Amino acid sequence: MTLAPIHFIRRGELVTLENVPPTRTLLQVLREDLKCVGTKEGCNEGDCGACTVVLGEAVDGQLRYTSVNSCIRFAHAIDGKALWTVEDLAQPGGALHPAQQSMVDCFGSQCGFCTPGFVMSLFATYQNRVCQGEAVTRELALHDLSGNLCRCTGYRPILDAAQAMAALPSVQLDETRLLSKLEQTSYIIRRPIADFSYQLPKNLAELLKTRSQHPKAQIVAGGTDVGLWVNKLHMDFEQVIDVTQVAELRRIERYPRHIAIGAAASLNDAFAALAQDRPQLKAFADRFAGLPVRNSGTLGGNVVNGSPIGDSMPLLIALNTSIVLMRWANGKAVHRELKIEDFYTGYRKTVLQADEVLAWIKVPLPKPGEFLRAYKISKRFEDDISAVCLVINLNVDRGLVTLAAIGAGGVAATPARAVKTEALLRGKPWAQALATEAQAALRAEFTPISDMRASGGYRSQVLGNLLQRFWLESQGATGINLETPESLDEVAA
Amino acid sequence: MNAAKGDGIPTAVGASADGANGGDTRAEIGSGTRASIGGGTRAAGRSIPHESAAAQVQGSATYIDDIAEISGTLFAAPILSDVAHGKLLGVDAAAALAMPGVRGVVLAGDVPGHPHLASFIGDEPIFAIDSVQHIGQVVGLVIADDVMQARKAARKVKLRIETLPAVLTVRDALKAQNYVLPPVFVKRGDAAAALARAPHTLSGTLEVGGQEHFYLEGQVAYAVPQEQNQWQVFSSTQHPGEVQHWVAHALGLDNHAVKVECRRMGGGFGGKETQAGHVAVWAAVAAHKFKCPVKLRLDRDDDFMVTGKRHPFEYAYTAGFDDSGRLCGVKIMMAVNCGFSADLSGPVADRAVFHADNAYFLEDVEIASYRCKLNVQSHTAFRGFGGPQGMLVIETIMGDIARHLKMDPLAVRTRNLYEVETRNTTHYQMKVDDNILLPLLSQLEQTSEYIRRHKAVLAWNKKNQVIKQGIALTPVKFGISFTATLFNQAGALVHVYTDGSVQVNHGGTEMGQGLHTKVCQIVADELGVPYERVLISASDTSKIPNASATAASAGTDLNGRAAQFAARNVRDNLAAFVSGLDNCGAGAVRFDNGRVISPTSTRSFNDVVALAYANRIQLWSDGFYRTPKIHYDKTTLTGRPFYYFAYGAACTQVAIDTLTGESRVLKVDILHDVGRSINPAIDIGQIEGAFVQGMGWLTTEQLVWNDQGLLTTHAPSTYKIPTAGDVPEHFKVALWPDPNPEDNVFGSKAVGEPPLMLCMSVYEALRDAIAQARGDGRAVRLVAPATAENVLKALGA
Repeated sequence: MTLAPIHFIRRGELVTLENVPPTRTLLQVLREDLKCVGTKEGCNEGDCGACTVVLGEAVDGQLRYTSVNSCIRFAHAIDGKALWTVEDLAQPGGALHPAQQSMVDCFGSQCGFCTPGFVMSLFATYQNRVCQGEAVTRELALHDLSGNLCRCTGYRPILDAAQAMAALPSVQLDETRLLSKLEQTSYIIRRPIADFSYQLPKNLAELLKTRSQHPKAQIVAGGTDVGLWVNKLHMDFEQVIDVTQVAELRRIERYPRHIAIGAAASLNDAFAALAQDRPQLKAFADRFAGLPVRNSGTLGGNVVNGSPIGDSMPLLIALNTSIVLMRWANGKAVHRELKIEDFYTGYRKTVLQADEVLAWIKVPLPKPGEFLRAYKISKRFEDDISAVCLVINLNVDRGLVTLAAIGAGGVAATPARAVKTEALLRGKPWAQALATEAQAALRAEFTPISDMRASGGYRSQVLGNLLQRFWLESQGATGINLETPESLDEVAA
Repeated sequence: MNAAKGDGIPTAVGASADGANGGDTRAEIGSGTRASIGGGTRAAGRSIPHESAAAQVQGSATYIDDIAEISGTLFAAPILSDVAHGKLLGVDAAAALAMPGVRGVVLAGDVPGHPHLASFIGDEPIFAIDSVQHIGQVVGLVIADDVMQARKAARKVKLRIETLPAVLTVRDALKAQNYVLPPVFVKRGDAAAALARAPHTLSGTLEVGGQEHFYLEGQVAYAVPQEQNQWQVFSSTQHPGEVQHWVAHALGLDNHAVKVECRRMGGGFGGKETQAGHVAVWAAVAAHKFKCPVKLRLDRDDDFMVTGKRHPFEYAYTAGFDDSGRLCGVKIMMAVNCGFSADLSGPVADRAVFHADNAYFLEDVEIASYRCKLNVQSHTAFRGFGGPQGMLVIETIMGDIARHLKMDPLAVRTRNLYEVETRNTTHYQMKVDDNILLPLLSQLEQTSEYIRRHKAVLAWNKKNQVIKQGIALTPVKFGISFTATLFNQAGALVHVYTDGSVQVNHGGTEMGQGLHTKVCQIVADELGVPYERVLISASDTSKIPNASATAASAGTDLNGRAAQFAARNVRDNLAAFVSGLDNCGAGAVRFDNGRVISPTSTRSFNDVVALAYANRIQLWSDGFYRTPKIHYDKTTLTGRPFYYFAYGAACTQVAIDTLTGESRVLKVDILHDVGRSINPAIDIGQIEGAFVQGMGWLTTEQLVWNDQGLLTTHAPSTYKIPTAGDVPEHFKVALWPDPNPEDNVFGSKAVGEPPLMLCMSVYEALRDAIAQARGDGRAVRLVAPATAENVLKALGA
């Protein structure tokens, strides 16, 4: 088997790695092959953040920095990017980077095992915010550190460190040089590969052709689920097609009536686009996962994966989303479009053909009168998997429900549309009586299972109760949501 | 995790702390501020960063898995039982052995020494022998050239198991009297009579779940054979001495043939007290069989499956009380889920009994403690060690009484506190003579503005139907010392090299709690040298023998004192030498800020050391410490098991969503007693970290076993420890100003475990919110952890 080498920039210089197997993770390469053991393995599933590293790439002529979990990122995926690990930040003379110094100053490390991951998340914050002149507030620090667990400190000193970085003497990367290095790297002539094992197509046509030739290859985007199949289920893939560098599919395009989200757009970018039109989705978006997972994972990956507890499908169903599947046939790209809920046929089963890929997710823009809420119930507020996810989208015109779209997760074998409840609501006057009726209908529509996240009974009860919350919110009620605890400040005694 | 004394002034041991150079230990740290770094030349009392902080932030602090592997190292992965209880009939490894890189398997028959672990009662086989007793029990290992090869192959090993009935609930274990150890009964007075004459009585039941340690660094050991059947084991362990003993026992060797080293752990929390021993023994047995170094690093999921957790408890209680809320009599039954073996369950269950009073005087009391055997992981030490489970039930009773009488729960708690002159003896006959409960609670009541906020909560709840708030202020009184008196001893070595640099080694281990930092501070002050001149070296059984586990919060109390004594011996040698040079008494020689000062001369410490060396003066010494005053009777659980108590209190305000049961902690105010703080930043770090860990235990951290006995919350994807977003912005910690009245190093108190139990305030605030939401005056039955589902259930029940 011929293995394409991996080229990336580290410490300002080009690094080339030969013969890295397709499913070898970046963390394995760092710790076992390069003997760079500063980056830690805490969980090997992208949940704890001890393995966080930062990737850099050129986007529209600017360097963009993202924190990612190296434990579930295949090493080949960083081809053509810049990489920083915790070993790469201190100055040659030994002076610590502000992301490191502030952690020392604020007593942010105790056992120190999560520390390299926190430092890297802070480094990304430093590059993306401090260097851009943006003040790091506690709220931003929470956002940026959402993928890092610490078991020792209780986090307060780490949040302090995030806010203290900017006051330290600044450290600037030579971005001009980095950009030129990255550009040079992109011109490296890749060896022609007869029997490919890890393919990184750069455009849609190339992807579709590769897919049609290799229908058994495993398609990977951010690897935030496939990485677990390898690490935890011990699956192995001889051939991998990585879609994350397909230029067209990373784009998010706006049209008069919808936005088209490329299947390889990161969850972070995709949710930012959705929240641009529907700001009420921001909190929901931030709860999707920790930031490194949102940086790596893609909306397309979440959709194709089809997990019944994935959070994007209930939302996309409630937004009446269509998806576009593409394949290469007779020398050209052909496509078909379908409603997202029609994509799923059973537990993690879809209508996707072996030579097809998901290309676009088409989300209609809000219509006047849309009232949309997305609810997520999980044991932990952040970075958890839903026990129940419910997204309700109603249009009420002159007191009557004109449009009703409801997506639910965690209540069936697939992400589901609450067809019966929608039908019940349509055309009726929007009032408490109808909401109450709809609660019962919603509970009756699904028979959720019991598992370690919640009992079926709880899930069922909460489905209805969330509809009650939706009713209250539609009537302008405030102070009824724990997503914004600051709104719960005590009333005057 | 604790405290130390190091005022460095050459006076008698245990001179009471005068605060002269300790600075103001009442550092108050809220969000957005930093611990102040005190001035002065003394190290102790200052907020010095963790001794490894600079290395940790650069990724250059070495953990066991980071040690460069010796060529020829093989890697192990465990073969796990997939049946909760059964007869082990055979192991078929053919498929595994055919896989690439696989060198072989290790099974019970490969153990050269004793087939059982050298645990307290020897009830755990090293590898399953003829039966399996829980899903996840280690039957053997696969050994391969790399770790993923070993892990993949381990799953291909087929176990032939004849399934037997499994005991999977505490209720079933109680019914069958299935115990790992006999029940224990402790009583004082006549609880039955007191209940009979009490104006009011109430009864209830309570359940609290276990807790996975979730140390960020999973269990790992690296066993390296040396010459002449000697062994070096690198182990992420809180107890190198026990790892040494267990490995020797398993290999059939004397202890002296095994050397165990641990520079640091990536978190321990009790989870690496005994559990690290298993992993080290497995690695060593494999290394013995294959005659090469073997590393065993558990995958996170395997770590969840194999290792024990905090003990889940179930309780039934009856309390009698008067109109003022004062307890008359109380009966408590605790059923402890110990898992399949005894491990540390005896002392854990004992400590729960000892802490069933928390801060309250229980006059007529009867406690029954059942140590139930279930076919699940063998539950083990976890920060608090039964103390939290003991306190939870009495705090629940306090809350119940308050709601029964329609009183403010804080008033009921205050009414029942231990008093100073009377009502000051525990149910295990120890006099509480360092009681600061009332002043401490009163101060927190004021600084947290409890009364005003309590009213505000009531006002909120009157106006709001969906989100309800609750508030609670709860105390902590936690006994410090190993209840097994013999463990309360420690040793240390202090070396002064000819250039005046100092190295210290002691029997404790560093798991992030800052023990090494504090010990260096203490030694620096004892020798009067700058802190930077003192380095710590890895915990090592060949340096300090027979060291106790770093546990029971006693790390600094024990090892800090031992190190102080070692340093004092060296200092005494130097003082005697200088007194000879300057014709003065040795007591007149002072050591300060790198100088040695006699009445007639001032020399640098380095010069004195060089001169002393030339004059053949011993520049190194050992130090030994044993805790005074403690004793207790193991059979009746009476005596003075604790040297002193550490105190604290927390006021927590929460909100619950009555539609979903979700909850948020809104505000936390803590006042905690660490005596005279050796390092306020480290102590505050311990307090904050412990509180958040305790909050996790009682809220989001739910362990779920299915009806087959499979732990289905097996990784961070399904088991949820708190994130930064769970910690409220209003999170204020203040330190009680007084030194430890007992003679303890630097006048400090232990801090590792006690603040974990400040989390009772979270649970009680949630119950307050639930009660206010229901408004029906009935008792609130809230199963802990208070997940959204459990809160919603309590709202409806």
